[in-house]
Amino acid sequence: MISLAPLLAAALVAAPLLSLVASASLGGSDALAALAASVLPDALRQTVLLLLGVAVFAGSMGTVTAWLVTAFRYPGSRALAWLLPLPMAVPTYVTALVYVELLDAAGPVRSGLRQAFGRGVADVWFPEIRSLPGCVLLLSFVLYPYIFVAVRASFLAREPSILAAARTLGCRPWTLFRRIALPLARPALAAGTALALLEALNDIGASEYLGVRTLTVSAYTAWLERGDFTGAAQIACAALALVALLLLAEAALRDRSGYSGSAAATGLTEPAELTGWRGAAAGVACGLPVLVGFVVPALFLVREVIRRELIANAGPDFTRHLATTILLAAAATVLVVLWAIPIALAARRGRGRITRLLGFVAGLGYAVPGTVLVLGLLGPLIGVDRLLGGVVTAVSGRETGLLLMGSGGALVVGYAIRFLRIGIGGLSAQLAQTPSEIESVARTLGARPLALARRIQLPLLRPALGAAALLVFVDCLKELPATLLLRPLNVETLATLVYGASSRGLFEEGALAALLIVVAGLGPVTWLTVSSRPRTAPARRPAPRAALQAALREPSSATLKSASV
Amino acid sequence: MTPVGFSVRAAIAGLAACAAAGAARASEVVNVYTNREPGQYSATLDTFTKATGIKVNAIFSEQGLAERIAAEGDKSPADVLITVDIGRLQQAIDLGVAQPIGSEAINDAVPRNLHDAGDLWTALSMRARTIYTSKERVSDTALTYEGLADPKWKGKVCTRSFQHPYNTALTAAMVVKHGEAKTKTWLEGLKANLAKKPSGGDRDVAKDIAAGVCDIGLGNSYYIGLMTNGKNPEQKAWAAAVRPVLPSFEGGGTQVNISGAVIAKNAPNRANAVRLIEYMVSAEAQEVFADVNYEYPVRAGVAVNPLIASFGQLKPDPMKLSDVARARKRASELVDEVGFDR
Repeated sequence: MISLAPLLAAALVAAPLLSLVASASLGGSDALAALAASVLPDALRQTVLLLLGVAVFAGSMGTVTAWLVTAFRYPGSRALAWLLPLPMAVPTYVTALVYVELLDAAGPVRSGLRQAFGRGVADVWFPEIRSLPGCVLLLSFVLYPYIFVAVRASFLAREPSILAAARTLGCRPWTLFRRIALPLARPALAAGTALALLEALNDIGASEYLGVRTLTVSAYTAWLERGDFTGAAQIACAALALVALLLLAEAALRDRSGYSGSAAATGLTEPAELTGWRGAAAGVACGLPVLVGFVVPALFLVREVIRRELIANAGPDFTRHLATTILLAAAATVLVVLWAIPIALAARRGRGRITRLLGFVAGLGYAVPGTVLVLGLLGPLIGVDRLLGGVVTAVSGRETGLLLMGSGGALVVGYAIRFLRIGIGGLSAQLAQTPSEIESVARTLGARPLALARRIQLPLLRPALGAAALLVFVDCLKELPATLLLRPLNVETLATLVYGASSRGLFEEGALAALLIVVAGLGPVTWLTVSSRPRTAPARRPAPRAALQAALREPSSATLKSASV
Repeated sequence: MTPVGFSVRAAIAGLAACAAAGAARASEVVNVYTNREPGQYSATLDTFTKATGIKVNAIFSEQGLAERIAAEGDKSPADVLITVDIGRLQQAIDLGVAQPIGSEAINDAVPRNLHDAGDLWTALSMRARTIYTSKERVSDTALTYEGLADPKWKGKVCTRSFQHPYNTALTAAMVVKHGEAKTKTWLEGLKANLAKKPSGGDRDVAKDIAAGVCDIGLGNSYYIGLMTNGKNPEQKAWAAAVRPVLPSFEGGGTQVNISGAVIAKNAPNRANAVRLIEYMVSAEAQEVFADVNYEYPVRAGVAVNPLIASFGQLKPDPMKLSDVARARKRASELVDEVGFDR
């Protein structure tokens, strides 16, 4: 009974993917050759460069700042540890819109430079924000927290035992970082970077707006602008191949690490003090990402909200849309958690490849570009809806419309399928941290599977549930492609309000909705940071930290390992 | 009965009740799927509801709605699909989600070239693909689309992505006019003239001209009105820096695109759908399209907004819109082949 959950989830995710692959192969080699001669090479090049760029920039930004706030003390370092994850709360499309407003040719920065120094500085020298490098930088400033949070959790877990020993042996901070901390954090770095890159690959809003034609944007064009489903499928398969490469690379980096079991904290040594210019330099290095990734976009939105009196003009409709957004996200969060528990448990129980593979496929929804997934989901979801309608008609004798699509149920399922992986990964990692002997003992003592789940496994999962739920909730608030296409009539969410305003060419009028998305995301992001803060007294069980790691550091480890077994 | 069985029955009963409630309201509503942001014509929808008592339910997405109607099949709640491009209309028809409109009032109001020969779609308004020129730096007022590829504009042209429907339609019109080979050469020449990578929207073209990044660029006619009379002071300044020119094809007229509507194949409120479209082509609604949205009305006798009229007399190219729609796929492929957006 429990293995029905992974089967259903895997089927729903696999249906659009399989139809994609089938259509791609239907096109045959002629269509592929035409693509290879035109759009494919460049889209592939842009995508690879984008991913490499984000890996380098976001990776180094996340790792260095994590080290600086963990290993050292300087004025502001505690606050910075709390502030550095915040850009995660800003949707990439919002950051892109804000920086184009500020930095393109007519924006305040270049206009000011032009008045002060003339066209040479403002127009020739100044780099164009709507470009591949611009896109790399902007995405990096939004996505580095994925790496920061993962790597910092790893630093916090390792520091007491190994780092302290190295330090007593006379290891200097830089050497310590390079030779000990960084190699130890490699699995965390790989997992965080993989998440950030999947987000970058999925992104359509920011990339398209910045004029970067990635595989995702090109597939979107082929499908929706010229109705060429085969071509779109072939391009999307290229993107899927990249996803597979990415996941395999992550698994390889992770598997070579032999230290993953050493997280038991016994106490903390004091971070080293940084004073004078060193302290100031560290403060600036950690402050800059917060400034660019969070403070500037947030202040821009606040300014627009005030300048346009958006709160006074919001009206009762806005409150209704806000409530709808929260309700939908909450429902999806509950569904993800309820769905992920049996999947994670089944993966742990079943040693069989099939159970594990199902779990892996079920998690793929996160790795597929949203619009592609959603257009592929329309068929299966509406199929289920028709069945349901048939049942209702048979029972009550009344004709019905589409109940799931019409009630928002389909949208909630769509969210759940997109973000199931966050739940599965978080819970599986939490389970992986507890020895399986516990269950063996319980089974020997006669516990049946349901009792085992209720009395042993669910209590074990509790810390990870909260973290996974919060991350899913925030992702649902920001979600756009599924919301646009699966929502019932007259339903708006904060994200569609921003989309609608920018579609009218008046993005600033969506500033209040955008700001609320950011504010709603702040709570969960902050909670994650606070709960991962090192305790002065050794915790009996490192539960919150484990939950954080489970949700962010290890999101794919369990599923990945299962796939590579 | 098991608890699970009970809750399933309760859920089914609940759903049935919802469905019944929905059915009871069904006679007074019309459900609109729109590729066009409904805020842009909410005034029209509001007056329609006031005049008829029919409530308008809407869902907006720039893409994918025709696919949704197709997937929903005979259970689809969609009555009307409103789009902003002839290609999108044709795509909906190719997906088989439209049915003949069958309204004398619409036949009488909308000229033949703006109304499908098979009665599957009708235009609601027209927009011209104009060339925005810098008031400061460009004095030419007689421009052709072909001329945009003239090397004299090297480094001086801005445009949004050529995969956007407005530009794909222009490219498709070029294919209809001159054939594929010549269109490809034109795209290459135009690409060589670009001042920056294609990005942003039509308003950004005006913005870039105002900032001095380029001298000329492609933009739809109505944005000038929206920017000039909108709430955004920056956008007023962009529009003020720009002189819109109604260009023509060599030996032809201006490229005109439409916003249009189809009635969904399984429309549950068909009569209301017809009433909505009839209202949207009525003189009253057409005046709103002209004066609030700054579009060209499709109904004869309704005046163009003075600001738009100041661009000059619109002479639409006589090519058939259905030919443009057919050439769209090839046009989009040509754009990719020359790597226009690269």
